[in-house]
Amino acid sequence: MTGDDTKHLPLEDLHTAVGARFGAFAGWSMPLTYPAGVMKEHLHTREHAGLFDISHMKLFEVSGPGAGALLNRACPLDAGALGISQSKYTFFLNEAAGIIDDLIVTRLGDTRFMVVANAGNAVEDEKHLRALAVDFDVKVEALDRVFLAIQGPEAWAALSRAGIETGSLLFMHGIEPKQNWFMSRSGYTGEDGFEIGLPEADARALVAKLLEDERVLWIGLAARDSLRLEAGLCLHGQDITPEIDPASAGLMWAIPKDLRASGSFIGADALRAILERGAAQKRVGLKPEGRQPVRAGAALFDPDGNPAGHVTSGGFGPSAGHPVAMGYASASLAKPGTKLFADVRGTKIPIDISSLPFTPHRYRKG
Amino acid sequence: MAKTYFTQDHEWLSVEGGIATVGITDYAQEQLGDLVFVELPQIGTKLSKGDTAVVVESVKAASDVYAPVDGEITDANGALSSDPSLVNSAATGNGWLWKMKLADEGQLAGLMDEAAYKAHIG
Repeated sequence: MTGDDTKHLPLEDLHTAVGARFGAFAGWSMPLTYPAGVMKEHLHTREHAGLFDISHMKLFEVSGPGAGALLNRACPLDAGALGISQSKYTFFLNEAAGIIDDLIVTRLGDTRFMVVANAGNAVEDEKHLRALAVDFDVKVEALDRVFLAIQGPEAWAALSRAGIETGSLLFMHGIEPKQNWFMSRSGYTGEDGFEIGLPEADARALVAKLLEDERVLWIGLAARDSLRLEAGLCLHGQDITPEIDPASAGLMWAIPKDLRASGSFIGADALRAILERGAAQKRVGLKPEGRQPVRAGAALFDPDGNPAGHVTSGGFGPSAGHPVAMGYASASLAKPGTKLFADVRGTKIPIDISSLPFTPHRYRKG
Repeated sequence: MAKTYFTQDHEWLSVEGGIATVGITDYAQEQLGDLVFVELPQIGTKLSKGDTAVVVESVKAASDVYAPVDGEITDANGALSSDPSLVNSAATGNGWLWKMKLADEGQLAGLMDEAAYKAHIG
């Protein structure tokens, strides 16, 4: 991609002003770290509140009499079973049950839903959704919003001080607190927190108020990655891809049980076949022995030297205090405690299959 | 008296008595961010200019540090095994990476002095 095609965040000037270091991600120029550095940013989020500019992600509003039916076709979802303001983690699947993208769908009204999609897949998601929408009485609108996440145990208090009350909103619920705002209690860190889509002018005012609070720090994409990896959350394009199905990815919890048998979503037949024969590989947590990080792409071997899988995400977990990784292992080996080896530049590093997450989730569920 | 040289790849060498102490510059450690692991070289390893001598790992990525000249490793900074962040806090001091016996001191002529390096990083 040439420099001319790189997309820039609407609030880029704010990040530049505080000394952010930028890097390319999914076609966007994104703040990777701020002067505090990834380690402090990570730990600050787990202890206080981290503010993330995630405007590279895309919000789609799906509305009309056929909205629920469209989503039930595109996703392994029972849209009609969602209560108003309830959110659900789900996917767009292809005919082979591969994951085109992972999403959060929130029911805003009887026939109105919000779909939050990943930056790297936003263009393809929109094309996919619009192509399917032709068969339904429905309107698909890509919203022009700044998207902020505020994450950590003090996120709710910082929002409250900034005049945004979150009291009755529980984990995996979303509301429209003001015109053209969408706020959900959700995130990508394993902590309690919120994601807020809002117009740019409102975002600038909210950010200014939030940053007056010493509990709030800007957090870059580098810490966002280490936080989500410790929390055992998948990054689409690495841990899940259009070649990986929800059963292999250990994400069947996101698919209602009755839909597995009877659902008519795209990929339903392929997924049923995979479930019948069993997934060949399973997504697992991996804990390298010692201090050396094991990164995405490293091959895994069993103690006899036979190929056993590969690493899809890996780095250092600042809260865990040791390297952490995620990857795929042959189903027969995919049990916590299994000892494998990872090839890092020709050296075999002992690595244990570990349960996920590495740091406990602290969601506000009720 | 030790003399200090710099490379285009943001390494420094402090040379005294035919032995170079090598590390990365403050600019380089800032670019890399918080280091969590340093893979140190074996003493006795013979390296040619451009060979990977050390791998420094930040939270996010692994980066190679190259031998700036030909030579043989005579020492590695063991303190980095327990505290890799020394490279961040003292890149040009206690955060040195390795020492090497120079094979050809003539190669030093191709490196920069501090003023030229400062101009290089702008």
